[in-house]
Amino acid sequence: MDEQTRNILEILEEDARIVPEEIAALTGMTVEEVSRKIEYLEKAKIIRKYKTIVDWELAGENYVYAIIELKVQLERKLGYQAIAERLYKFPEVRSVRLLSGEHDISITVRGNSMKQVAFFVAEKIATLDQVQSTATHFVLKTYKENGLILDEPDQVKRLAVSP
Amino acid sequence: MRTQCNPSRFVSNRMQKVPPSGIRKFFDMASDSEDVISLGVGEPDYVTPWHIREACIHSIEHGETSYTSNYGLMELREEISRTYTKRHNVYYDPTNEILVTTGVSEALDLAIRAIVNPGDEIIVVQPSYVAYVPSIIFAGGVPVTIGAKGENDFRITAEEIEAAITDKTKAVIINYPNNPTGATMDRDELEAIADVIVEHDIMMISDDVYERLTYKGKHTCFSALEGMRDRTIMLNGFSKAYAMTGFRMAYAMAAPEIINSMMLIHQYSMLCAPITAQVGAIEALRNGEEEVGKMVREYDRRRKLIVGGLNDIGLDCFNPGGAFYAFPSIKSTGLTSDEFAERLLNEQNVVTIPGDIFGETGAGFLRCAYAASREDIKEAIDRIGTFVDGL
Repeated sequence: MDEQTRNILEILEEDARIVPEEIAALTGMTVEEVSRKIEYLEKAKIIRKYKTIVDWELAGENYVYAIIELKVQLERKLGYQAIAERLYKFPEVRSVRLLSGEHDISITVRGNSMKQVAFFVAEKIATLDQVQSTATHFVLKTYKENGLILDEPDQVKRLAVSP
Repeated sequence: MRTQCNPSRFVSNRMQKVPPSGIRKFFDMASDSEDVISLGVGEPDYVTPWHIREACIHSIEHGETSYTSNYGLMELREEISRTYTKRHNVYYDPTNEILVTTGVSEALDLAIRAIVNPGDEIIVVQPSYVAYVPSIIFAGGVPVTIGAKGENDFRITAEEIEAAITDKTKAVIINYPNNPTGATMDRDELEAIADVIVEHDIMMISDDVYERLTYKGKHTCFSALEGMRDRTIMLNGFSKAYAMTGFRMAYAMAAPEIINSMMLIHQYSMLCAPITAQVGAIEALRNGEEEVGKMVREYDRRRKLIVGGLNDIGLDCFNPGGAFYAFPSIKSTGLTSDEFAERLLNEQNVVTIPGDIFGETGAGFLRCAYAASREDIKEAIDRIGTFVDGL
């Protein structure tokens, strides 16, 4: 990866809404160069999607999140891919990860209440043939999400002038 | 009744020769106003990377609260030595050629006091950090200032240095990447200066504290030039690269005779640098590269943003190769640096520092520190544009 590509990706990763004009000012590239580069990165799927990190709790929407660890029985030939596909097709499932260690797969589930999440796991996840066992952990508070600290205390002020 | 005392009578003649810092006025003015955007801060706007702070906390929790060797922790000196070998291919013996100090400010003071006899001249290349001249006066030396020129993008030439050398010259102080101009020097320019240093048998004091903030090309370490190791007192620190200003962590490297003299002063005045900060410095050198890279890349973006912005509003600004300062010319406005900076602060609430505070050739220029958020830089440029348009 060349330096300018990395530069653009870092800038966009931090602020998806930044416009090409501004990226040009920050990188010394022309607006056309920036636009062409971004178009390429989108086509190559290096840039997958532009998303917003929403604080739903502040917005008054009390979603419940749970991390569910699964032990699975592998099917002949199919491996983990088949079970992963079955899991990620549920819209309630927000992330699916294959893990090393005690459990095989970890998923994050979002729902409107603990009851809803619990029933979803019991009815839809635990009943899958490949799933041997589940362990559900409800999220009580999120301190940091996608590299963003959610309620960071104010920074200490510097002196307004120093040599 | 006993007679009243007049305290000012006791202040030494030497101290009366030192003028107050020109920055002070702006500090007081800025502190009085609200909604101020400051481009007047000579320190990173980042907090020290967490792994460094965490190492310090761990160290305190484990009771590392004692004095260290006067030279500094051996482990730290070894890391510094390794760093210089790796980055610049110049070796300093950690046992007697490296001294850990409380900031480059202290290292500078020690370096000057270690080599100056009363009446010795030290050449200071300006515009420069405000402490160089006073430190020479404190030591009983004579500061001889020479000015790097705006038309040369504030790089000093070997000829300009040579013209200032007399029989009394002991050393030259340079600082590249430079505060306040952001100027950097190429290797061949430094080689030419090295020739002059050897020819006149004097020393170089090189303040490399902005070394890591180099955006164009590679920083040349003066002591790594042929024959320069023992003629150079190399000063460097953690403040700028690792956002550790408040830790007051730096070091000096030179020949054992010089370091020993510096260590004697340090021993009797400071004893040693604070141990917690030294532990943080070890962590910074061992595991700090990634964070430094991130910060440098962001400074580089802001550099392009501010230099482009200043030029767009008609303030001619050369492209600085290092540090985190842009140094635009405000000569086109017809105002002096001081008038410009003072009116800009009063009328638009933007703090900048007049260039002539750092030396005569800085007159007609303004130091704008871009160690500030992009939002602040953009807003500051808008306000400076409004101010310039209204003149």
